Amino acid sequence: MKGIGASPGIAIGKALVINKQVIKTTGIALQNEEEVIIELEKFHHAVTSAVGEVNLLIQELSLQGDKNTAAIMEVLVELLQDEQIAVDIIEKIKTEYKTANDAVIEVIDNAAEMFRNMKDEYFSARAADVQDTGSRLIKHLNGSSSLMESIPAGSIMIAEDLTPSDTIALDITKIIGFVTQAGGKTSHTAIIAKSKGIPAIVGYGAGIAGIQTNDILIIDGSDGTIIVNPTEEEIIDYKARQASFIKHLTMLQSLKNVSAKTPDDVRITLLANISNAQDMEEAFDFGAEGSGLLRTEFLFMARNSPPGEEEQFEFYKSIALKAKGKPVTVRTLDIGGDKPLPYFNLPSEQNPFLGYRAIRICLDRKDIFFTQLSAILRASAFGGLRIMFPMISNISELREAKSVLNDVKSHLHVHNIPFNQHIEIGIMVEIPSAAITADILAKEVDFFSIGTNDLCQYALAVDRMNEQVKHLYDPFNPGVLRLIQNVIEQGNKHNVHVGMCGELAGDPLATLLLIGMGLREFSMSAASIPYIKNIIVNNSFTSAREIYKTVMEMDSSENITSYLKEIAK
Amino acid sequence: MISKDYLITAAEGLHARPATNLVRLGKKYTSIISLKKGEKTVKLNSMLNILSMALKGGDTITIITEGEDEAEAARAIDIFFTEELKNL
Repeated sequence: MKGIGASPGIAIGKALVINKQVIKTTGIALQNEEEVIIELEKFHHAVTSAVGEVNLLIQELSLQGDKNTAAIMEVLVELLQDEQIAVDIIEKIKTEYKTANDAVIEVIDNAAEMFRNMKDEYFSARAADVQDTGSRLIKHLNGSSSLMESIPAGSIMIAEDLTPSDTIALDITKIIGFVTQAGGKTSHTAIIAKSKGIPAIVGYGAGIAGIQTNDILIIDGSDGTIIVNPTEEEIIDYKARQASFIKHLTMLQSLKNVSAKTPDDVRITLLANISNAQDMEEAFDFGAEGSGLLRTEFLFMARNSPPGEEEQFEFYKSIALKAKGKPVTVRTLDIGGDKPLPYFNLPSEQNPFLGYRAIRICLDRKDIFFTQLSAILRASAFGGLRIMFPMISNISELREAKSVLNDVKSHLHVHNIPFNQHIEIGIMVEIPSAAITADILAKEVDFFSIGTNDLCQYALAVDRMNEQVKHLYDPFNPGVLRLIQNVIEQGNKHNVHVGMCGELAGDPLATLLLIGMGLREFSMSAASIPYIKNIIVNNSFTSAREIYKTVMEMDSSENITSYLKEIAK
Repeated sequence: MISKDYLITAAEGLHARPATNLVRLGKKYTSIISLKKGEKTVKLNSMLNILSMALKGGDTITIITEGEDEAEAARAIDIFFTEELKNL
């Protein structure tokens, strides 16, 4: 059984199950106005002393320089003094003759329930903050002490959920992992664990009942795996994984905020290939500077009708907002006969990769194309979106696609709908004819993005899904390299910026060769970014230039790859 | 009475931390300040109320300020939404 990996990393240790005392209402009814006044005073006193306590905690945290946690506690101070909560509690005491204890519990439970029912994950998780406010008030009403027992070092903490106060009261130095029954990726447990670099799994649900205090646990916060009382082999296996994770993490952390620049000051832009807003967020953690490829196919797949403009708009907008002004290159629908879509009625083809696909479908089904472009343009008001057309083989297709885009622009203009008037337009260069005529195409685009996967299979006439010929699929084939080199050269000559979003962009063997050719923008899966950056910051442009010259004089990909492997050492 | 619309441009929306700042800002003035989204209106003096609106990036809200110091209050709110929110 798995939970939700909320903070990556592996912990191996003893479980400590925390059972929280359940706070209960008493059901006592107040007898007279005098008691009402006493309960009201008790409530006001509890607020004052709870606020005082939390403020002291904030001072301490600030002195320790833990601004993050201090800010979380500021939220708590505000909730403790919340006028709406106070009004509701006072009302219950005054008119319903409830005790302060019962009034607090009822009001807090109601408010927490309201948050829990919210669809948005972040706001739903705020139920814990409200609950925390209640626990603090109750504690100060009754004068009971904190719930945390002493914690043995090396514990993996198992709990229903942790409130902000819990996570702060904990002696975090003794905790090596968290597992909670409730909560999502934005719960407090997740936030605190992540900020402290402690592996955590949340939302483990009923699985938590299977864990007893002192059980040996392995938890993997990257994928949510939990192993209770593992075998010796499992422990050895996970210890190895733990070591490699720590090594990886150290490299990630050391490079995240370093700019991707060669020692002789050639700046390279590293972007991520993404499919949704979540990917974008994760990509920034890997040091991405935006996205060089946002695939839009998934929006169109696994459904019975194409997505409407509003749905698409919301999708693109959420990503534009996540990217906070950083570039996001949106590739228009890239789909074909190999991926059936029921509502498109695509005929099965003898050669789907040479068939009715991508821009060819879009220029045929302009209704669908228009809707997508309209949604992208509208979303461009919210961030740095660019538009990229896939599978362009000649300039007429490009012109036709741009003319549809211009129609959309005038349509939006007439309806006074805001969009980025100067949105950048580019094409995927993935068909050999486009690569060879890069000089022609360059005059009518803002950017090129080299799609090496398709470029390679079209240039070499190799279907890489075909077991019998896939060994011929080779991006280091001198023919493919010459195509790539031509695109970069023509792009640079015509002031069209050139990026690459195929697999070659994330291949450490190719990095220096491509930089030597003049490529300045690489887009890859986010996890590859630190590795590629590591190569960039440790090798000069001068050496990359030499490597490029040497490679271009070689006659076979065997020689080229063995030379590049030699250099990589 | 001063009424003005704002687009929430912060990607995360109006989360607990910025909401804390907003409530504290509102408390500095005697004017009654309300926040309206769609059909729902709440007073700005409560965190619970603000969070209950679940404001996300891209939402449009209306802030209504009414009282003796409404001009100053509205100006402070304006700075909050147009400048400060980005940095919180």
